[in-house]
Amino acid sequence: MNEKAIKLLGGKRPKDKNSWITVSIVVALFAVIEIIKSTGHISNLLSGLLVPICMYITLAVSLNLVVGILGELSLGHAGFMCVGAYSSALFSLVTKDAIPMTWLRFTIAFLIGGLVAAVFGLLIGIPVLRLKGDYLAIVTLAFGEIIKNLVTILHLGVDKNGIHFSTESIAALHLEEDGTVLIKGALGITGVPKSSTFEIGFIIVMITLLVSLNLVNSAKGRAIMAIRDNRIAAESVGINITTYKLFVFSLSAFFAGLAGVLYSHNLATLTANTNNFGYNMSISILLLVVLGGVGSIRGSVIAAIILTALPELLRGLSDYRMLIYSILLIVIMLFNASPKLVALRERFSLKKMLKRKKDNKKEVRADG
Amino acid sequence: MANEKNDGSRLVPYPSGALVPERDVDKTPILETRHLGIDFGGLTAVDDFSLTIGRTEIAGLIGPNGAGKTTVFNLLTNVYQPTRGDILLDGYSTAGKTTAQVNRMGIARTFQNIRLFDKMSVIDNVKVGLNSSTKESFFACMTHLFGYHKAEKLVHEEALKLLDFMHMTDVAYDEAGSLPYGAQRRLEIIRALATKPGLLLLDEPAAGMNPSETAELMENIRKIRDTFQIAVMLIEHDMNLVMGICEGICVLNYGKVIAKGSPDEIKQNPVVIEAYLGKKSESARHRSIAYQPDEGGADDAEG
Repeated sequence: MNEKAIKLLGGKRPKDKNSWITVSIVVALFAVIEIIKSTGHISNLLSGLLVPICMYITLAVSLNLVVGILGELSLGHAGFMCVGAYSSALFSLVTKDAIPMTWLRFTIAFLIGGLVAAVFGLLIGIPVLRLKGDYLAIVTLAFGEIIKNLVTILHLGVDKNGIHFSTESIAALHLEEDGTVLIKGALGITGVPKSSTFEIGFIIVMITLLVSLNLVNSAKGRAIMAIRDNRIAAESVGINITTYKLFVFSLSAFFAGLAGVLYSHNLATLTANTNNFGYNMSISILLLVVLGGVGSIRGSVIAAIILTALPELLRGLSDYRMLIYSILLIVIMLFNASPKLVALRERFSLKKMLKRKKDNKKEVRADG
Repeated sequence: MANEKNDGSRLVPYPSGALVPERDVDKTPILETRHLGIDFGGLTAVDDFSLTIGRTEIAGLIGPNGAGKTTVFNLLTNVYQPTRGDILLDGYSTAGKTTAQVNRMGIARTFQNIRLFDKMSVIDNVKVGLNSSTKESFFACMTHLFGYHKAEKLVHEEALKLLDFMHMTDVAYDEAGSLPYGAQRRLEIIRALATKPGLLLLDEPAAGMNPSETAELMENIRKIRDTFQIAVMLIEHDMNLVMGICEGICVLNYGKVIAKGSPDEIKQNPVVIEAYLGKKSESARHRSIAYQPDEGGADDAEG
């Protein structure tokens, strides 16, 4: 085969069609919601859900990088979110008056939240990524809890003598009269400007999505998936496994940090508890990844949207709400994994039906 | 076979006494191991393994099952760190290096039990092999900017060229795990070649192949050596293949080298015959199994 033929074959390579579909879905949804918002038809319930949905999409996609693409189970994702949330909230609180431009302050807050989380990801990743499978999951779970608990007991104040911190109480800070308390232990941070909007959430989702999709469809992405598929073979072709694992882990932590920034700037009071930064949250994020399909970024996006909206939409059922929610989770799981249901799902899949219709039309035409 | 030996493949000694093909004798050997050994607990798996391979030699490593052949490959690629001895790759020691670093220094290998990236396409498997020679940064990969597409196009063309070399372009976009056995073995060789090695280690490349596939494989191995000008070392139980293409053969039994030399010398070596090649079976594949009971005798003869 000559050079020309090889170039020709190169041209025929299947493009990253899937990535474009995922991005278009997200952009289309954003446009629809913007239109509904501008015409004033949006309910309070839905408008309150928009930022959390963006946050959960970011979290699910970022965790999917570790679980689906790198193939390591991490149960401490909420810990990185916590780090991002607190560091950025602290920054915004301190610079609320110094930087009057919201966009600038918020951009820096995002950078700080993301980078601090990434550094934590790197520091935790160095010892943790030596482990595999269940052990890695347990240790990441522990690190997530450690972060949450440390933040819960952290008291931080500032006065003219400098920064004081304590792990006991506000009184133990020994602040001067003019001092202000920034982090009040279990009472958290109050007075963080509520800068998070749906539009900013959308931008964060798009950044996360584009970077993740680009990475997966790139040379480094191939190397990462090679590690997942066969570690020994990946090593034998010169892939430095530690570097790649640490990179994915801290990139994923970076995005979790961004989600944390989104979260902390959407609340009047930021406190750390099991439901927002503890293992409950980590498991919830993992749930999104698993239900959306491990390794499928589009699946993560869709699962995050549906499963965040679902409990709120089921609110009318009051007491039965969580019961129905759990049953729905089981049903989705069965459709994902049970061989017979998967076969059934494929028989009635939209894609196939469309294809069949096309084929039928062709046949009719041939007959005519 | 003897009349083919006018292409510089006759074995001649280095000053150190090691044998290499005549055409490679002026150059630094690609691989030189000195008294290599490894113990697993109290068991000595490989002991006093000294071997020199010329830059364009096709070398064979044979021996009965459990002789320590794959352990030698694992030592050469630093999957195991040797207990004793040195490995010099192109004159540089590989001591303390990781498997990935050794690969980048110039040793690529295939595996006895095929280890492909099953869920990736055939061409992506090759591209993973090309990974360490491409200069795309993490940042370029995340943004698809900064000359990313240009670099990716080069990788793509190079991968296609390599696939074309082994006539696999027509299955380039198939899932690697769905390929037939022989094609999977070929793909593994291509992936190893993609890392641009100076020495290619093939662990039982003909296992599970029919005679015509084996003949094609022999052709391919010669073609690889001639095109890329690299050395190939292979472990194989198929004696037709080993005797047909290897220039130097090393026979291993119970972790010790019992003979080294050209195919003709090995065939006539009484120690080897007793340990391995044996007396009756026609099929090389059955030979190692059929002669298991004789190994004890061989050990006695050696000791």
